[in-house]
Parts: sequence; C-alpha cells; structure tokens
Amino acid sequence: MKTYTYTEKKDTRSGFGAGLAELGRTNPNVVALCADLIGSLKMDQFIKENPERFFQIGIAEANMMGIAAGLTIGGKIPFTGTFANFSTGRVYDQIRQSIAYSDKNVKICASHAGLTLGEDGATHQILEDIGLMKMLPGMTVINTCDYNQTKAATIAIAEHNGPVYLRFGRPAVPIFTPENQKFEIGKAIKLTEGNDVTIVATGHLVWEALEASKVLHEKGISAEVINIHTIKPLDEKAILDSVSKTGCIVTAEEHNFLGGLGESVARVLAQQKPTPQEFVATNDTFGESGTPAQLMEKYGLNSASIVEKAQTVLKRK
Amino acid sequence: MPNTQQLEDLTTQVRRDILRMVHKVNSGHPGGSLGCAEFFVALYSEIMDRKDHFDMDGIGEDLFFLSNGHISPVYYSVLARTGYFSVDELNTFRLINSRLQGHPTTHEGLEGIRIASGSLGQGMSVALGAAQAKKLNGDNHLVYSLHGDGELQEGQNWEAIMYASAKKVDNLIATVDLNGKQIDGATDDVLPMGSIKAKFEAFGWTVIEIEEGNNIEAVLKGMAEAKAETGKGKPVCVLLTTMMGNGIDFMMHTHAWHGKAPNDDQLAIGLAQNPETLGDY
Repeated sequence: MKTYTYTEKKDTRSGFGAGLAELGRTNPNVVALCADLIGSLKMDQFIKENPERFFQIGIAEANMMGIAAGLTIGGKIPFTGTFANFSTGRVYDQIRQSIAYSDKNVKICASHAGLTLGEDGATHQILEDIGLMKMLPGMTVINTCDYNQTKAATIAIAEHNGPVYLRFGRPAVPIFTPENQKFEIGKAIKLTEGNDVTIVATGHLVWEALEASKVLHEKGISAEVINIHTIKPLDEKAILDSVSKTGCIVTAEEHNFLGGLGESVARVLAQQKPTPQEFVATNDTFGESGTPAQLMEKYGLNSASIVEKAQTVLKRK
Repeated sequence: MPNTQQLEDLTTQVRRDILRMVHKVNSGHPGGSLGCAEFFVALYSEIMDRKDHFDMDGIGEDLFFLSNGHISPVYYSVLARTGYFSVDELNTFRLINSRLQGHPTTHEGLEGIRIASGSLGQGMSVALGAAQAKKLNGDNHLVYSLHGDGELQEGQNWEAIMYASAKKVDNLIATVDLNGKQIDGATDDVLPMGSIKAKFEAFGWTVIEIEEGNNIEAVLKGMAEAKAETGKGKPVCVLLTTMMGNGIDFMMHTHAWHGKAPNDDQLAIGLAQNPETLGDY
C-alpha cells in the first residue's frame, strides 16, 4: 500500500497567499480585494508587490462582491478574500445576481472554513458554504487539502474563465502533496489503490482519510483514497470507476452532510450505480468553540470516524 | 448632434414603446420607466461617449449600469433605439425564450447589458468596480449609474457610497431617481430618508441637483455640469427629480403604476397622449 508522510505542517491559507503572490508576478490582470482580513488571508506579499492592484474594501463584504463583479468589466480577474462565512452566507444574493447570474470572472477565496477555525465558535464556522455555492449555476467549487495544493489551485483558477469558489482553512495541516504540482480543476486524484472500500475526501479530511487507510490496512481492509478537491464539477468517472471495484464508499468533508460533497456523490451513485455509502460530515448542526482537534473529534470528522464509517459500510455491501 | 426636438421625439417614442411593451404581456414597471425616459434619452443620445459596437469590457467608452433593474422597459427601448439591437426585439419583452428578461441580465447575451440587476442595492458597487478598472486601464472614460430613491433603503448602497469617496472614485456619476415613490407608497411614508442630498454630501460626494428631471434640456444641462465635476477627487451624485408615470396623465401623481400594466383602453389613452414620432416597433 502506498503511504504518505509529511515533514512539515502549514496552513492552507498560506498556500493561497503564496499562489496569489505568484499570480501577482505573472498575470497583470489579477487584482485582489479584501474586507479587513489581510493578515488572516495571507495577502500581504501580493499587496507589497502590487499595491495598485489591491483594493482594501473595509468591513463591507456585500460591496466587495459587487466591486469584484465590476472590476471584471475591463478585463480584470478579481480575487476576493475573507472568511468562508462572510464569503458566502453573508453575501449570497450579491454573488448570485452580480457574479453567478451575470457570469463574472470572480474568484471567491474563502479562508477559515468549517470547524477548524476553532475557538471563535459557530458564528464564524460555516458548515453550509459548499452547498450554498454548488447550487449556483456556473459556479466552480474547490476545497483544497494542503498548502501545496492550495497554492496550485489558486494559480490554476486564474486561467479558468468563470466564477470560482475556493475554500481553505486556518490550522496548520500536513503537507503531503507535491510542490509545484499542476492543478486540474474537476480531476480527482487517486492517492491509494484499494479493493474493499472507496474513501472520497475533500479539504482537511483528505489527510484524515489517508491516516484512516493505514489503520484499515492493519485490520486487513484495503481502502482506495481519492482526493476530490473539486466538488463541482464532480469527477463522476473517478468515483464510478472506484466503486465498480470496491462496491462501497465513504465520503468525508468538513461540512454539513446536507448539501455537501456526500450528497453530490450520492446523486451520481443513485443515478448510475447504486452503492452503499456512509457520510463523514457534521450532522445538521452548528459548531462551537474549541481547539480544531477537539472539534474534529467531537463532531466525528477525524480519521477514527472514517475508520468507523468504513467498517459500517463494508457490512452493508 | 441631435437638436432638442429630435430628443423630445425620441422620448415620446420611448414612452410609446414602454406602454406597448408592458401592455402586451400585462406585466412590467411602466411608472419608473416613464419617469426616467428623458434621462435615458439624454444619456444615450448625448451624454455618453459610446463605441459603435458592444463588447463586455467597454474599454475606451463610457459605461452605464442600471441598479433599479425593474425599469427595464425604458432601458430596453433606449438601447434598441440607439442601435444596440433591433427595435423589433422589443416585441419579445418578458416572453419565454426572450433576451429581454423581466429584469436585465447578461445571461442571454443582450447587447448593452453588462450586469444583471433587479435585486436592489447592488448596482453602485458594480459601477465602482468598473470605474476602478478604468483607472487601472488608464481609460479616462466615465461610469454612469442609476438608482431608485427607495432603493437607497438597501444597506449595500451606503457601503458603496462610503467607499467611493474614501477611495476618491471621481470617474463615477451615480444618479438617483427622486420620484418619491416606491411599491407601498410614498418613500416618506414607507421609510422617510430625510435629506438624500445632505447624506451624500456628508459622505463626501459632490451633489448636482436636476429639479426638472422630465425636461430634456434641464437633464442635458445638469448632466453636463456633473461631467464637469468629475476628475476632481470626489464621486459625483446627481439627484434627478422626476415624475413617476410622466407623460401619461392618469399614471402621474400616484405610485399605482409602479408595477402595473395598462389595459386596452388605458393603452389607447396613453398612446393618444404620445403620438407616434419615429415609428412603432
């Protein structure tokens, strides 16, 4: 079995910052906007190198989304930066009308997604954003798993013409994907080969899925782990190919099970290949204050939960 | 350059278009559309420097954004009559498979439209972004926008109004249609806003008032004044006092025609008050 190790942990938001800085050097049309969270979004380097292409909007996210839409008229490629909650739920109608329906080339970049924002609690921990964004026609939805992949995705979405929601997080997490990888929107990445159970994970849960696969291996269960960084458009073929072999699947995400990756996968399977599925996701609940590790354990989003769900789904084959 | 009579003829024809469009589908918003007919005619015939073809980026020309998208009838009529698309297409307003949606959208590729609007309060932010893109591009052209007075009750406007002066967006002329009415009645009854002029001035804007917003010469003069105020470090607001339903006697002095279409008899009366000038579509 292929195993993954890491030597360094880093936050995915820093991957965004590094990708944005690189875009600043390579693509003169890229502009950045922020609603008073420069440090949290790691936008400092871009701003330092391109002050004229940065727009500090202040604490006014609705205005930020509208300004971003307007900047595309004139050929700019705006990247907006704020927390996931303020990037989506707070400004849903602005995104819906001025960006998605108007088909504007805006990149909505959202940090501090999910429970792992930690101590700030539920007001800031959005667990509904993937659902909100994937329901918008034409919106691409990406949730990256580590620093390297977030940097690569940030660079890649500038080349994609159309609105994109890029979701990443706050805590330092293992770096296990290659440096300077090429990021292909909508193309799932198979991390381990396995025959007994498919584990499709996104974002911070990809590393947890790899950890789970090691434990399952010790129990004699061969898990195929797929990193599904793009939730929309979904790589249906990768999922169908894998379950054709394994016959059961676990989906894992830092999001409500309603509206998330799991439901997208379930739709594909229901239509094309009905397959037993278990969900590692929050259970229609808000989060709360705590450390990221405590929260992931309490809400069932760690490798132990993935192992448990894998064992459950195996019995349903 | 068209003379005043030609502009008035165009305005009369636009009024006929508005009435006929909403009558045909028995839906749409004639009141605010009629009130802004002179403004749209002045803007598209005289005030804006426009290229002879439409492209989304609009580099090298003035841009216009309609924030209160429900007055789409006047927008569509003036766009068609100033060459963006065929006037015959006005026949398709609000019909299924039409590019002339109830509220304007880019989604159907209609020439002249650069943003969807209808959900209120979003247009000024978009206009600001477009104005800042012009500055980045070294494009000295201007960005115009139009907003309803009732629409100013949406909070996003005030985020945008605060931002515009803070960032010295002085290539934007935002016009507010002061017709004093909204769906539920007079703005002063629904939610009194006090002095809109004092509010814009307090937020650091230059304010130009056009008290006769249904007099084409007054509109031209006021807009020229506003244009002269651009490039001076402050955003420019035009407060355009208009009469909802202007030009159709029974639609004036009431908010009843905000979102209601005339019946056959009412259409005939309205058209008789506005004889055909440039030819109906």
